[in-house]
This record gives sequence, C-alpha cells and structure tokens, in this order.
Amino acid sequence: MTTPTDLTGPLPPASRWRLPLHWLGILPFALFVTLFLFMPTMKIVVGAFQSPDGSFTLANIRGLNTPSILGAYWISIKISVASASLGCVIGFAVAAAVVRGGLPGWIRSPLLTFSGVASNFAGVPLAFAFLATLGPVGLITVFLRTELGIDLRLLGFNLLSFWGLTITYLFFQIPLMILIITPALDGLKREWKEAASVLGATSFQYWRMVAFPILFPSLLGTWALLFANSFGAVATAIALTGSSLSIAPILLFAQIRGDVLGDPHLGYALAFGMIFITSIANAIYIWLRARSERWLK
Amino acid sequence: MTRLLPKRLWSWAALLFGLAYFILPLIGMTEFSLKMRRGVYSFDAYVKVLEDPKFQETFSFSVFMALFTIVFGVLLVVPTAYWVRLKLPRLRPYIEFVTLLPLVIPAIVIVFGYIRLYNTSSWLPLTGTAAGTNLLLMFGYATLSLPYMYRAVDTGLRTIDIATLTEAAQSLGAGWGTILGRIILPNVLVAVLSGAFVTFAIVLGEFTMAALLNRPAFGPYMQLLGANRAYEPAALAVIAFGITWGCIAIIQLVARFAPKPATPVKDL
Repeated sequence: MTTPTDLTGPLPPASRWRLPLHWLGILPFALFVTLFLFMPTMKIVVGAFQSPDGSFTLANIRGLNTPSILGAYWISIKISVASASLGCVIGFAVAAAVVRGGLPGWIRSPLLTFSGVASNFAGVPLAFAFLATLGPVGLITVFLRTELGIDLRLLGFNLLSFWGLTITYLFFQIPLMILIITPALDGLKREWKEAASVLGATSFQYWRMVAFPILFPSLLGTWALLFANSFGAVATAIALTGSSLSIAPILLFAQIRGDVLGDPHLGYALAFGMIFITSIANAIYIWLRARSERWLK
Repeated sequence: MTRLLPKRLWSWAALLFGLAYFILPLIGMTEFSLKMRRGVYSFDAYVKVLEDPKFQETFSFSVFMALFTIVFGVLLVVPTAYWVRLKLPRLRPYIEFVTLLPLVIPAIVIVFGYIRLYNTSSWLPLTGTAAGTNLLLMFGYATLSLPYMYRAVDTGLRTIDIATLTEAAQSLGAGWGTILGRIILPNVLVAVLSGAFVTFAIVLGEFTMAALLNRPAFGPYMQLLGANRAYEPAALAVIAFGITWGCIAIIQLVARFAPKPATPVKDL
C-alpha cells in the first residue's frame, strides 16, 4: 500500500531497484506481527532463560520442577490428549457417517454449518452451558437422579475434574474435527474404493488398508491441532472451575494476575513451557499436512 | 441391500450420538435459564441480565472493540494479502505460516508478553492509560483473528484475477488507493465480511486478554456473573450462543452471493 506507484525511468537500473521496493508493500504487516506477535513471544522465551539481573540462566526452567507445577502441566496434557483423541475418533465417525455412510445428502450442509457454530462456541458461555447440563443441579444430573435413580456424584463424577473438562472441551473439539476431516474424506477417490472391491476387498479391508493409511497423516495432524487448541484454552476452564483445578493455563493466569509463584521469572518459564508443548504438537501437524497433501490433490 | 443396512444403521447411530452431544447442553442451558422463578418457566433471568447496567456497558464496550478490530484487520490484511499475491507470490507460504501462529501460541502467552513489553516503564508504555490499553487490546484481538481474516481474504483473492484487474485499473490511471478501495475491496467484499463476522464472534466472547489487561469487556463480565449468580449465566450463555449462531448464519448467507463460497472454516 505504501509502495510508490510506478518507478520512473524505463532503464535497466530501474528494474534492478524494483525488487527491494516491493518489500515495502508488506511493511505494515511485518511491523504489526513483529510488535504484537513476535516480540511478545520472544520476550517470554528470552525471559525464561534470564535471571533477574539479565544474565543467562537455566534456573527458571529448573524451577518448574516442583510437584505443583509439574502436576499442573501433567493434568493439562492429560486433558488435551483425552479431548483431542476422543474428538478425533467421534468427529471422524460422524464425518465418515455423513460423507461415506449412505446418509441422505441434505444432512451434510446443516451439519457443517452447525459445526462452524459449535467450534466457535467456546470460552465462558460454554462452561455455563455445561454447568446447566451436567452441574450439580443440571438437566442431565437431575434427570438421572430423579428418573433413573443414578446419582452421578456418588459415581464419582464431578464437572470440575479431568473428565468434566474433557467432556466440556469435546463440545468444540468434535465439530472442529468434522470441519477439518470432511474435505479430506471428500478427497478419497471413488476409484480407490472400486479398485479395492474389484480385487475382492471387503469394506473393512478397504478402510484398513486403503483409506486409513491415506488419511492417517491428516488424522494425526488434526489431532495435534486439537491438542494445542485445548492446551491453550483458559476461559472455559476458569469459568468452569474457578481456580479449584490447577491446570497449566489457570496457573499461568493466576501468576500473571498476582505472582502466586512469588517469582516473575518463573512465570516466563511457565509460559515458555506452554509454547514449547504446543509448538511440538503443531510442528508434527505442519509436517504431516505437507505429507498428506500429496495424496489429496 | 441387506449388506447396506447395518452400515447405514451404524451411520445413523454415529450421527445421532453427535447430535445428542451438541443438543443436550443447548437444551440444558436454555431450560436452566428459564427456571429463575420457582415452579414455572419465565424470562426473569433474561430481564435481570438485560437490565443490568454492567451488561449494557461491557456489551457495548466489546461491540465497539469488535468494530475497531474489524476495521483495523481489514486495513491490515486486504492490502497485504493483495500485495503478496500480486508481487511477492514466493512469500505466500511464509506469510500464511505467520498468520497461523496465533493458533499455536496460546492467547494467554501473547498477552503475558504484551504486559511485560508495553508496561509503564517500557519504551512504548501502552498500558499506562486506558486509551493505550484499549489500543493494545485491539491489537491483541487483531492478532487472535488474523488466522481467520487472512485466510478468508486470501481465499477471496484467489477467485478473482487480481493481476488483470490491477493492470486494467493502472492503464486507466488509477493509483494504489483507488485500486485497493474501489476495485479489489468490492471484489472480495464477501470474503472480507465472512472474516469480519468471525472476528466479531471472537472479540465478543474473548476473556483472557481483556481480563489480564483489566478492560471492562463482555468476557470478564460473563465470568464474574458466573462466579456469583445461578440463573443469569445460563441466560447469558443462550444470548452468546445466539450471537455466535447469528454471525455464522450471516457468513453462510453472504457466502451464497459469492462466486465461490469462502467460508472461513477453522482448518489450516
């Protein structure tokens, strides 16, 4: 936008100067992401390896090695793994049922629209919806207790727990999986199925030996995205549990608010640990996506 | 046909399970939001929420933030995506990668960086004043919506021949401002609008950034109400779901007028 319109002089030197000037067009964007994406992130990464006087240290990272912090990471990882895995399996089942399962064609479009809404319906209101449904006086809890005599509480179920958060996160994980995997399922060519059945393969064999290996990279890749998605979720967890369940993002939230760890640089290390874990998950995603695209053209 | 039947049954079972999972919480929150008056269904909780001056304040604050974020996002993303497609196509994968980073780096980490980087004792003390903090919050929202906005606009640009349009406009004497504002933007308006409505939905419900920057936004208000009241939060959840649904419905409606649908789904 800020680049000069036309470069005066039709001479060869002018064309030599063209290239550097083109870069000016993305200068506003570059400036924005540098100031509000890269620098804040780098500040955290650098801060994680700095002592209060500014020198390099590994003490902050070592400081994470306490039972309460490791426990917070561990339960975060468990919730993210569980909600990503179940989200993948259930989302895949629903998408496969609609795309390949012989259901009427008109279901597809409303399902995708609904998935678009549900995958965006996260945060604080989602927590309220689940409290009203599975909370102590929620719809399902009360129904099970009064009509069927099943007391979820006696069975050890509590919404403010590992399973409670996992079930709640699945509300946006499953639709996200449906949205991502439906195009991949569309990419499975009819010829492959026909070729397999001409060779005498059963439907199960086709899925196990043809479709699944082709879809595997996108499945695993989407898994990584869902993992990062729930690992960084703060709002739902806070609205659901207050601060009674210590997971990594809630611990970081409390640390930023009031330095509960009593050491600002430990906060950097805590945040760095979160970027580190989601980056690994997404590096896997990017790598596998590049591989799966070869097949789904 | 007999062999098809079990497969179709299985498909229906998977679909019904999925539907039950999504519809039960929606029924649950709706039913709960109507139960404020003992024994009968009523809209008391909604009346309480809508009459709360705090609701009106925080809601309009977030709506304003969303509008500013959309304007800023469009001004930032449309020229960039256009320029990259026109002049720097080799950079496209890298730019796209950068725009996806906000999905990888948790929002809480980004805002933590903001607080440390732009505090009162820094070179750019944005958090020193309310206006500065609002500006910082808007930049944060623009960062969060970048993956959706950029993808939507870039998909929109793919469906038009920007090189020919640009040359045609240039040969008629148009400058870059005219090209972008009167040629490119109208042509990708549908894509821009779908990006805008996702941005609107994100900003309106956002909690983490607004809470940590201490701004009176709708997200922190909802959380506060949830910690102190019983029925009003469910009413708020119904309202929030209605807004999300409205945004997505408008995107779908708008996309119908597009030459090619450019729905900003969350895939990468």
